[in-house]
Amino acid sequence: MAADATSWATKSGFGKMAILFWAILAALPLIGYVRDDPSFDYYMFMGQSMLIYGTAVLGLNLLIGFNGQISLGHSAFFAVGAYTTAILMNFAGMPYWATIPIAAVVCFGAGFLFGLPALKLEGHYLALATFTLAIAVPQLLKYKAIAGWTGGVGGLLLEKPDPPFNLPLSPDQYLYYLCLFVSMLMFWFVYNLLRGRSGRAMMAIRDHPMAAGTMGIDTALYKTVTFGISAAITGVAGALSAITIAYVAPDSFTLQLAVSFLVGLVVGGIASLPGCILGGVFIVLVQNSAQSISDWMKVSFSLRYDVPAWAIYGVLLLLLMYFLPSGLMGGLIALKERLFGAKGPDSTDDPAPQASRND
Amino acid sequence: MKLSRRHAVIGAATGLLARPALAQNKYGPGVTDTEIKIGQTMPYSGNASAYGVAGRAQSAYFRMINDQGGVNGRKINFISLDDGYSPPKTVELTRQLVERDQVLLMFYSLGTQTNTAVHKYMNQKKVPQLFVATGASKWSNPKQFPWTMGWSPNYHTEGAIFAKRILQTDPTAKIAILRQNDDMGGDYLDGVKEGLAPIWKNVVADVTYEVTDPTVDSQILQIRNSGATIFIDIATPKFAAQAIKKIAEIGWKPTHYLVSVAASVGAVMRPAGFENAQGIITAQYAKDVTDPGWAKSPDYIEWKAFMDKWNPTANQLEGSNVTGYAVAVNLVKLLKQCGIDLTGENVMRQAADMKDYDIPLLLPGIKVNTSPTNFSPIRSVQLARFDTDHWSLFGDLLSQDAHA
Repeated sequence: MAADATSWATKSGFGKMAILFWAILAALPLIGYVRDDPSFDYYMFMGQSMLIYGTAVLGLNLLIGFNGQISLGHSAFFAVGAYTTAILMNFAGMPYWATIPIAAVVCFGAGFLFGLPALKLEGHYLALATFTLAIAVPQLLKYKAIAGWTGGVGGLLLEKPDPPFNLPLSPDQYLYYLCLFVSMLMFWFVYNLLRGRSGRAMMAIRDHPMAAGTMGIDTALYKTVTFGISAAITGVAGALSAITIAYVAPDSFTLQLAVSFLVGLVVGGIASLPGCILGGVFIVLVQNSAQSISDWMKVSFSLRYDVPAWAIYGVLLLLLMYFLPSGLMGGLIALKERLFGAKGPDSTDDPAPQASRND
Repeated sequence: MKLSRRHAVIGAATGLLARPALAQNKYGPGVTDTEIKIGQTMPYSGNASAYGVAGRAQSAYFRMINDQGGVNGRKINFISLDDGYSPPKTVELTRQLVERDQVLLMFYSLGTQTNTAVHKYMNQKKVPQLFVATGASKWSNPKQFPWTMGWSPNYHTEGAIFAKRILQTDPTAKIAILRQNDDMGGDYLDGVKEGLAPIWKNVVADVTYEVTDPTVDSQILQIRNSGATIFIDIATPKFAAQAIKKIAEIGWKPTHYLVSVAASVGAVMRPAGFENAQGIITAQYAKDVTDPGWAKSPDYIEWKAFMDKWNPTANQLEGSNVTGYAVAVNLVKLLKQCGIDLTGENVMRQAADMKDYDIPLLLPGIKVNTSPTNFSPIRSVQLARFDTDHWSLFGDLLSQDAHA
């Protein structure tokens, strides 16, 4: 299954599809000029959230899907990224865009350092170690000694940026483009990473760590660096979230956030790049629709009790996993194969040989 | 009211021609001849889901109002969404309500962090953020945030009132403080600090606990050992009950001040044991419906009838059913006062002009009052002492000047 999911990502047509896909995303804000919809800015905001969550899922996917390490604590790196941006904007007066690369570096460092001791832990034990990270970070942010910087329980309020150079965009359109640009950069980076030697090493470690070691791959180094890069990408998503929400607070980064990343990852498709975006869309849309379905059920069946929205969410998730066990992206591929017939020979694991030898 | 009177004067001066303009309905977003759309974010899930009770009580109350014909013939379309107490989710849902669903106003959204996340946004969008459900003191700042208004007396005020009484009755006693390490605890402490400033040196212990701690037993022992004779207990219900029990167990007899958020007879005093709770002092602004002393008051009977008929699945011991109900009554009253000018501007203008509103289940003598410079609708509390199985009020209504 995982092999299926990675093979297409490196097929020759994939790049063109990706360009088309991003071009469509980039064209979406233009609808605002054609249609006069008062809630258009709200939809742009939803788009920002989807891209942000998609990027966070991408970070997690690199770790889980392509390197086989499990993390339940990526909300912590999301928080570190968000707080890095917030603190730099608030106390150092830095412009928002300059804080994004710094957030990436800080999160890489945090992820790398956390990865060092955590390396001794395999599989479920690593999952538990990262789990503690997810529950500790919101508490640590309130810690008195650093409350002067983090704003403690109250959090930090930020200025929402306006479009630069007098661009004829609304702030939300502009922020959508900012998120789009940054997440595109992240996807492009991961795409190139995976197509290269490092990517093959990561996947080799996932598929068979011992064999990978025998082949001369420094598994320890690769695993820590992958953890670091994964944390950095999720941290960048956190930085974007701080900019678009214009507020950070400890309650934004609970364990539930870490779980929704994981849900987004599994729903979108493990080890699938387009699946990350689908996962981001899922995170934003499905929680809200669960609430609407709950309200709708209560009204149309004139129920006496509320139907808990989270129960509906659970049922939706179960159905999805039952019918699409390899996620939305896996489902799409299966559909394509059923419609156009399975493509046999080119689903081998070795990707575009010429391109990858250069790095 | 004021506005239409002024219009009437102009109307009289310019003759009958001006009359049609007077009768013109003015509608903001979310209002039609038959409907008023109101939004809310509530933690129905997540860490603070216990507070979601208030949102359910309000949904039930508006259903009842609609059943009785609505507000001046307009039904209230109340959209209350679950933000799980997470600020980014609050931003998303608030924007959905304001921009997509086009609500007239946001009402009683719960949480300090969550409301902070949309504070600026609501004021930029010029959509009323009314009666936010948090005890922080920053919501009453009409100069900087003219579209935001709190409702209940804030924690700061209550802390200062406790301090004032200590200063008057026992200025030489040693004082110990237990508080939850969060924004609620911090706000109360600020108020206490302000009031105790002249005798702050008497505070011999200031101990915190985390909301995730299993018990506060060790904190209580630590506080007792400090030798204090006055104990200020800034805890939430579960921990307050533990503290009361532990204090009795170790035979310590301080003068015990308990914050109002933890003063429920049903949720704190009964579990802690009435015999352990005698003489505890708290501050109240609303009636505690678990207190049998109110059983015969007409507003309690009315509330009980409402709860039995319209919100039958709720646990009536939970205090949020009372405050949720009272503030919903306040909103309906305010909307009636807005008359036919149901724009956001007029809602805020009228909200800043609530005069002596009599709201059910507030303590006798407490009235809702606002003005363009006073955005704290309820500013008074009364001290009460626990006696056998209920709170008995004593002393005068106390108030503290609002903090901007």
